[in-house]
Amino acid sequence: MNAVFDHLGDYANGWFTTIQLAVLSFLFAMAIGLLIAAMRVSPFQPARVVGTAYVDVFRNSPLPVLTLLFWFGLPKLDIGISRFITAMIVLSLYTGAFLGETIRSGINSVAVGQSEAARSIGLTFTQNLRLVILPQALRTVVQPIGNIWIALVKNTAVASFIAVPELIYRTSQINTAESQPVPILIGAAVGYLLLTLPSGAVLSAIERRVAIKR
Amino acid sequence: MTAVLYDVAGPRTQRRVLIGSVISGVVFAILVVIALLRFNAKGQFDANHWEWMKQGGTWRFFANGMLLTVRAALTGMVFAMTVGALLALARLSRLKPLRWLATAYIEIFRALPVLLLILFGYLALPRLGIDVSPFVALVLGLTLYNGAVLAEIFRAGILSLDRGQSEAAYSIGLTYSQAMRLVVVPQAFRRMIPSLISQLVTLLKDTSYGYIVTYEELLRRGKANADFDSHWLISSYLVVLLAYVAVNFTLSRVAQRLEVRQRKRYGAGSIQAGTEDLAVLAAAGEAKVSTT
Repeated sequence: MNAVFDHLGDYANGWFTTIQLAVLSFLFAMAIGLLIAAMRVSPFQPARVVGTAYVDVFRNSPLPVLTLLFWFGLPKLDIGISRFITAMIVLSLYTGAFLGETIRSGINSVAVGQSEAARSIGLTFTQNLRLVILPQALRTVVQPIGNIWIALVKNTAVASFIAVPELIYRTSQINTAESQPVPILIGAAVGYLLLTLPSGAVLSAIERRVAIKR
Repeated sequence: MTAVLYDVAGPRTQRRVLIGSVISGVVFAILVVIALLRFNAKGQFDANHWEWMKQGGTWRFFANGMLLTVRAALTGMVFAMTVGALLALARLSRLKPLRWLATAYIEIFRALPVLLLILFGYLALPRLGIDVSPFVALVLGLTLYNGAVLAEIFRAGILSLDRGQSEAAYSIGLTYSQAMRLVVVPQAFRRMIPSLISQLVTLLKDTSYGYIVTYEELLRRGKANADFDSHWLISSYLVVLLAYVAVNFTLSRVAQRLEVRQRKRYGAGSIQAGTEDLAVLAAAGEAKVSTT
């Protein structure tokens, strides 16, 4: 057990890098997701086509493949970015596809009558979206978006492929030093549970608060 | 589906739509051209970056990698479905300790990265005196994780069934296990098929984590080809990516079609379970739900 407690500092370092990576990726993914969702419900057909293609490609790509492609491929195009930024870009692109799809289905889940009523009192497309549709749509997608956040926290593990010093990478370093994989990996598992389980609890609390009573 | 957000366009809006289409099309084209120019400037289009494609042997090397990927995913799927079914039944059981244990397993293993579980098989099991091959380590990790996820899908499937079904079964004198086996599970299983296909896509994607435990799947083969000649790097990874996307896209579409058909048949009673991949499903009530 000392193998774990001697390295609490290393675990903490990795843990905080994991949080940083997850939070930053989530923010960028949210921006991408909103853009993609807007493209997919817009009246412009080319925008819809590009949005759909984006979602189809990134949702069906394995994260490790994307990570290695970006990390080894971008320098070949003389684009040099750090390991952390590379991982962040890949996670944002990937998660953005899921968020976009979720927000879009949230928009479509709002009853048609709502939108018709908004139009009948003379609201424009943007007013309709901002004042009537999105406030309702966002409530129905709280749970799926929360699940995507939890998945993102777990997916940050892929950054260890390119030696970003997040929790898994730190864990393997600790294991190299101590060579006691059983307690050391359990230590990492506890680190992830400390992130994912509270996220789930907070999420269901939010969900109960914003739930639409029907 | 999306047309409810705006009225049928009048002449002014039609003009704006046209202008918007042209502008967004041009912006998109410019982005593509910039990317292509960049590729060109770095000589990525030179024949020597792509020449490996002329060798049938390399394609066979990749095709074998794909087979090994599919083998790991399918093996993992079979085991995960077994584990998942047992966990779901345990969680629905009337024995409190059993229910409690199954719930704990599901909540914990669903909340861990699959990579960590694969590493556990690879690093920790040999230390406990169990020697495992990279294949076994990978399948074990996939099973531990996806068993928990599939358990929730199975449970949702069973709960989605109208209570009248099991009540009717009891009323004609069937026992609990008979009712489950003969009435509930067969019907619930049919409703789960789209979710199961979606989960298979997740497994296929996750097999590429096998790279880290030196399992010879498609990604590792792509890397081997890329390392053979540094000119081949981008083309190798792109081919690997494309192969994954092609297979997963096809499966996703099949799942989507089945999902739409089932929604028509069963209405809102179809399954909702919460993982990243089913999150999209959970956004309720939409006719054309997408899955991965």
